[in-house]
Amino acid sequence: MPQEFKRQYREILEQYTQRQTEHNLYEGQNFSRQLIQKNISPEEVISIHKASLEELMPELPNNVWHSFDLLIEVMIRYGLALKEHQTLIKKQENFRMEMELASNVQQTLLKTKVPEMNSLDIGMISVPAKEMNGDYTHFLNDDTTVGIAVADVIGKGIPAALCMSMIKYGMDSLNGAETEPIVVLDVINRIVEKSVSDSMFISMFYGTYDTSTSVFTYASAGHEPPLFYCAKSNSFSELQAKGLLLGVIPNVKYEQHSISLGKDDFVVMMTDGVTECRSKEGFIDQKTVMDIIESVRDQSAQDMVEYVFHKLEELQEFEQRDDFTLVIFKKK
Amino acid sequence: MNLRSSVDIITEWDIVAARQLGRNEAKDVGFGTVDQARITTAISELARNIYLYAGKGKIEIRQITDGNLKGLLVIASDKGPGIADVRKVMEDGYTTSGGLGAGLPGVKRLMDDFKIETVLGEGTTISASKLLR
Ligand SMILES: Nc1ncnc2c1ncn2[C@@H]1O[C@H](COP(=O)(O)OP(=O)(O)O)[C@@H](O)[C@H]1O
Ligand SMILES: [Mg+2]
Repeated sequence: MPQEFKRQYREILEQYTQRQTEHNLYEGQNFSRQLIQKNISPEEVISIHKASLEELMPELPNNVWHSFDLLIEVMIRYGLALKEHQTLIKKQENFRMEMELASNVQQTLLKTKVPEMNSLDIGMISVPAKEMNGDYTHFLNDDTTVGIAVADVIGKGIPAALCMSMIKYGMDSLNGAETEPIVVLDVINRIVEKSVSDSMFISMFYGTYDTSTSVFTYASAGHEPPLFYCAKSNSFSELQAKGLLLGVIPNVKYEQHSISLGKDDFVVMMTDGVTECRSKEGFIDQKTVMDIIESVRDQSAQDMVEYVFHKLEELQEFEQRDDFTLVIFKKK
Repeated sequence: MNLRSSVDIITEWDIVAARQLGRNEAKDVGFGTVDQARITTAISELARNIYLYAGKGKIEIRQITDGNLKGLLVIASDKGPGIADVRKVMEDGYTTSGGLGAGLPGVKRLMDDFKIETVLGEGTTISASKLLR
């Protein structure tokens, strides 16, 4: 193969030394594409140049020939750096594929089905910033009650994702939708406290909605407070509930509160990926988020969460910095 | 015919002597300029590692034959501290020189065959050979 390259290069070189046209140079450029494709290293290219020159202008003085040997020596490391670069790129590609697989495994593992309820309309969206999601949503339900967990690992990527599997395991060990929010947080807190390193923090919100009484009961472990929209007064308020982040200490007293939902009232649960959206001008404030939600309050809960996501995505110029999760419970 | 020769590596200048020996032998075997440069670069890296990490050691050059192919074998040996994690050292991008495309992975690329034997606290022997094709 190098023999064939040498012949081609000699031709191009001969033409160029005679005419110096742009066309000759263009041919030279195209030739380099072939060289790269065939993994010809820089030092070999110089050697090809030298050999071609020896045929075309054998009368050149000796010091010119020696100079090429120096240049070959100098280029050896470029050749090595190039090869190293190529293997690193291949490695990176392998990592990327592995991440994609891991992300699929995660999605299957953490899959949760949005329940269909008679008098409650539920919408849910959860979009990771990178391949792996550090936000977690999980539904539990029976005929009358829906339980919803929204959790957020402080931090992103693989460590966060691994942590999430543990919460899922904890949730699966619960008895059902009717377990009280403070009991749920207590159970999960103990699991997390035992198994996670001190540098990992998880915030979590847990709420249950009883369709027979239209009462939403909730507790929070340092999580972003949900928004409550009251249709009658057309206003938003925050659902506050004090409680320490998961995993800090084993015995935490969580607060539990309840609120009664009227027709068209809704609760918006989220992670800080929603409240900490940033545009060029700085943080997008809560008022803006509320306005966006309010503007679509008449749509289905699912349409609402999707609209809010796309609107915020737009405001951030499609640069999502954090995992984004939004859940809406709306009384029909 | 002297088919075995070696250079002791004690000072930085001995690296040049090892290169010179390697180049002479490579020329003698019939390697072209590019391969000569590759072999001497490999010798440079090995000799430099001896100088930097083991203090002193030896570079030995042997002309070899494999079937009807001729070639060159470079053996770098020292009684230095040895290498703790060979697998890591052979990974691209690990060298302290970082991304400059040399170090031991570079030596492996420059030559056809590469073997490393090392015992912690006892020393390191690296053999690398290249055949003339
Ligand atoms: N002969 C040796 N004796 C002990 N350690 C060595 C020897 N050669 C290499 N090493 C160790 O392996 C590492 C990697 O070597 P190398 O690939 O040449 O890269 P660099 O010299 O740029 O660090 C060195 O940093 C050194 O710790
Ligand atoms: Mg080195």
